[in-house]
Amino acid sequence: MHQDPTSAPSPVALAVPSVEQAVRRALADHGRLTVDASDVASIADLYAHGLTSHATVNVMLAIENDLDVEFPDAVLHRATFATIESITAAAEAAA
Amino acid sequence: MTAPVLVGGSSTATGPSPVAATASDVGATSTPATDRFGARAALVAEVAARHADEVDRDARPPREAIAAMKEHGLLAAAVPVALGGEGAALSELATVATTLGKACAATAMVFAMHHGQAMALWRHGGVGLGVTAMTEAVLRGALVASSTTEKGIGGDARRSTCAVEVTEAGRIHLHKDAPVISYATEADAVFVTARRDPGAAPSDQRLVICLPEDTTLTQTSTWDTLGLRGTCSNGWVLDAETHEDRVLRDDYATISAQTVLPVSHVLWAAVWTGIAAGAADRARQAVRRQARAAVGTTPPGALRLAELLVDLQSLADAVRHAAGRFDAVADDPAVLGSTSYALAANALKVNASERVVDIVTKAMRIIGIAGFAASGPMSVARHLRDAHGAAVMVSNDRLLQNDAALALMSGAIL
Repeated sequence: MHQDPTSAPSPVALAVPSVEQAVRRALADHGRLTVDASDVASIADLYAHGLTSHATVNVMLAIENDLDVEFPDAVLHRATFATIESITAAAEAAA
Repeated sequence: MTAPVLVGGSSTATGPSPVAATASDVGATSTPATDRFGARAALVAEVAARHADEVDRDARPPREAIAAMKEHGLLAAAVPVALGGEGAALSELATVATTLGKACAATAMVFAMHHGQAMALWRHGGVGLGVTAMTEAVLRGALVASSTTEKGIGGDARRSTCAVEVTEAGRIHLHKDAPVISYATEADAVFVTARRDPGAAPSDQRLVICLPEDTTLTQTSTWDTLGLRGTCSNGWVLDAETHEDRVLRDDYATISAQTVLPVSHVLWAAVWTGIAAGAADRARQAVRRQARAAVGTTPPGALRLAELLVDLQSLADAVRHAAGRFDAVADDPAVLGSTSYALAANALKVNASERVVDIVTKAMRIIGIAGFAASGPMSVARHLRDAHGAAVMVSNDRLLQNDAALALMSGAIL
């Protein structure tokens, strides 16, 4: 789970989106980031790039909807949504 | 029935459950990091949740969860450190009761009723062999049931018809027609109230430890109720031949005022908080589902959910505060015996029992049809039926009737 082969994503694979793609798409649609969610580093601090706790709710909902998963209560805290990597890990764990 | 008991340590051997794994983090719904029973309570709750619907449907005891409580030392939790136990405070027990209540109200009520009685052992029992042996049994995981009410008395636990009768030197006999004894078939002992002797006044009571090998139980009625079905509070005629050193030292008036009543009311209210929280969780799940369908717009149910959480938080705070108040004065008989303390203990019971029905009802409306359904993952039917038990078991009207007299003497604790 540490090094997922996400380096070569097929463009706009709507049918089976990779988890990280779904996370980036949710951030693009609902994260209100000051940077482009599609190419921000996966370990970059999203809060430093404009993410707010209010926006994380919609990001969470969008990921849940996209991947048909549900984040458990235990992971719903600020640190989980700090980076694309940590959101992705939480979403994969929830699947 | 002595399952291995975990004393003092955390239950890492079996590994943390997914629920408990990160629960000590900073999330709003997590338990405090200092919660030494949290992981174990979560493990038992998992077992209880798995069987909750069946326990409810068949009105059978939550045997698997009772075994898990024994295994993880939850029934022994309150035994004082000086006696080899973990010395859990009432605040800690209340947190466990809520965790269990979320999963299975019957299991949680067994936990609550057990502690209401078991704590009398070391707080009021004295040093008689029969009493200290029972404390040791509790330390090893024994489950304590109770028989306080009696046919012909009308639900008043503070009066008895039956009496402790001395048959020969040191031997006593007890015969009681009990309208309910919860989980009698699962218990390792039943604590029974009776008049001190055949000539004593109805209110001059003692508490007697009756072990299964000394006791014959004849079932007189079957517990087939709307809710709390798994407590199996059947009617029994109890006949016990035992030894006088199985009688607790203090009179039951003292035991009731200083331990059974305040402990039970806090732990019951903690259980009901768990029922309410379980229903609220389902409501949140439902609203989240709606929110997912149109991300960015807050669904109408979210406002009702926020309102529901105000009620739930206020209930939880009331329970925690009452538990803390008991812990602060647990060794102060003057405070525990005061009128204002009795009023406060009753107030928690009356308040929490009304509130839980209200919260579960609101949760059902938020969820909608799936919540109204009699079964299914979003149904709160069991929660609602269990919640209604709260105001009935020890009738609120009886408590208020008692309060009515006390209220002339004393006000609320502010």
